[in-house]
Amino acid sequence: MYPRPFRYHRAQSLQEASAMLADLGAEAKVLAGGQSLIPLMKLRFSSPAHLVDIGFIPSLSYSKRQNGAWRLGAMTRHAQVESSDIASTIPIVHDCAAGIADVQVRNLGTIGGSLAEADPTGDWAPVLLALGASVLVTSRSGERTLAIADFIRDAFTTSLAADELVKEIVVPLPSANSGGAYLAYKRCAPVYASAGVAAQVTMRDKSVCSQARIVLGAVGLTPIAVQQAEAILNGKEIREKEIEQAAEAAAAAADPQDDMRGTADYKRHLVRALTRQALQAALRRSRGERVELSHHYA
Amino acid sequence: MPEPIPKVPIQITINGRNRAAEVEPRTLLVDFLRDELELTGTHIGCDTSFCGACTVLLRGDCVKSCTIFAVQADGGEIITVEGLEKDGKLHRVQQAFAEHHGLQCGYCTPGMMLSACQLLTKTPRPSEAEIRKAIAGNTCRCTGYQNIIKAISAAAAAGA
Repeated sequence: MYPRPFRYHRAQSLQEASAMLADLGAEAKVLAGGQSLIPLMKLRFSSPAHLVDIGFIPSLSYSKRQNGAWRLGAMTRHAQVESSDIASTIPIVHDCAAGIADVQVRNLGTIGGSLAEADPTGDWAPVLLALGASVLVTSRSGERTLAIADFIRDAFTTSLAADELVKEIVVPLPSANSGGAYLAYKRCAPVYASAGVAAQVTMRDKSVCSQARIVLGAVGLTPIAVQQAEAILNGKEIREKEIEQAAEAAAAAADPQDDMRGTADYKRHLVRALTRQALQAALRRSRGERVELSHHYA
Repeated sequence: MPEPIPKVPIQITINGRNRAAEVEPRTLLVDFLRDELELTGTHIGCDTSFCGACTVLLRGDCVKSCTIFAVQADGGEIITVEGLEKDGKLHRVQQAFAEHHGLQCGYCTPGMMLSACQLLTKTPRPSEAEIRKAIAGNTCRCTGYQNIIKAISAAAAAGA
């Protein structure tokens, strides 16, 4: 299968890419790792007249700790994140990076590309929202920083202006006594998740939850932060009852659709079970326990 | 008539040999390998980034060659299944697949072997779980996974 013909433009810097996007207009798209864009082009769901390739720009792949935050370059491949220091320090990042599709896709797909695509089933957005991350975007006219919730506007829609590109993802260092976990349910490795849940908790005096974040992926047009679950958990000692209530709140907040991955009811059931498990793993990790997690595969 | 799309010059080292060409931007790496270079050992299965039959190594990392444009591999080093054998001697992964019946119809085999190659380079003594994870992006429709896993374990042991 061939995409429709397009003209190819190789940018040497993000500034040049921004200028190219401005010149080429609405018919241009950015090519990062291509792991979503190329399948869409082959199926002719997307047929841009121009591609601006940012894959040859030097030094857009990095993860470094600086000024109280982890900073990830937009072109950092999922596989690079998986084996980076941020993943060994923040386990929820490892859960996410190591669980995206399969090895081949993780070797090419990028964290910046995944966020900029804003696919409702994308893995990074719910995890980064749970971590309170932000996105540094750039264009010829300057840079600005957007919280994830402001960056992702709708399904496949971000706040990026036509000539703006993602430059860096900024993840604040999680507080002491915090832990997180991301779990998804997938029919098999290469496909998108049927449902996913990111849980991040910060504990006070080892047992009382001072802050909880529960974010759902793949069961709405954008990631869903379950505020009711957070209200249930905040300030409480978390026992079975609270976990059960949070899982019920998550299932109620999910907004899934019937599709080839299952009925809406089935996905709500998945959300309930995944929330329970992600929350339990997050709590154990907040106590410093080492918990190996893997997504569930049908 | 629309203006013709300019071709893009690329240079890729494939199985140790430098290949220069001018390609249409939409040329997928797999089609460049099969149609331009006649390296037909790399297979096209699903053509939708699912099955992994088209897996090749790019700078040592396995990628699905149906989901990367040839222009993106410009300046890179590619190993295809044709590049595994050296001086008439099978690669240890190939030898292990032959000895442990790691193939039935053979369609998924080139991709399976290249995924195994990346695994064994990065994880010389993988556990069974690590082997299963490494080939999660490769589909065998004969469902011969048990012997594929045995073959990769044997190749790891042979290289140790």
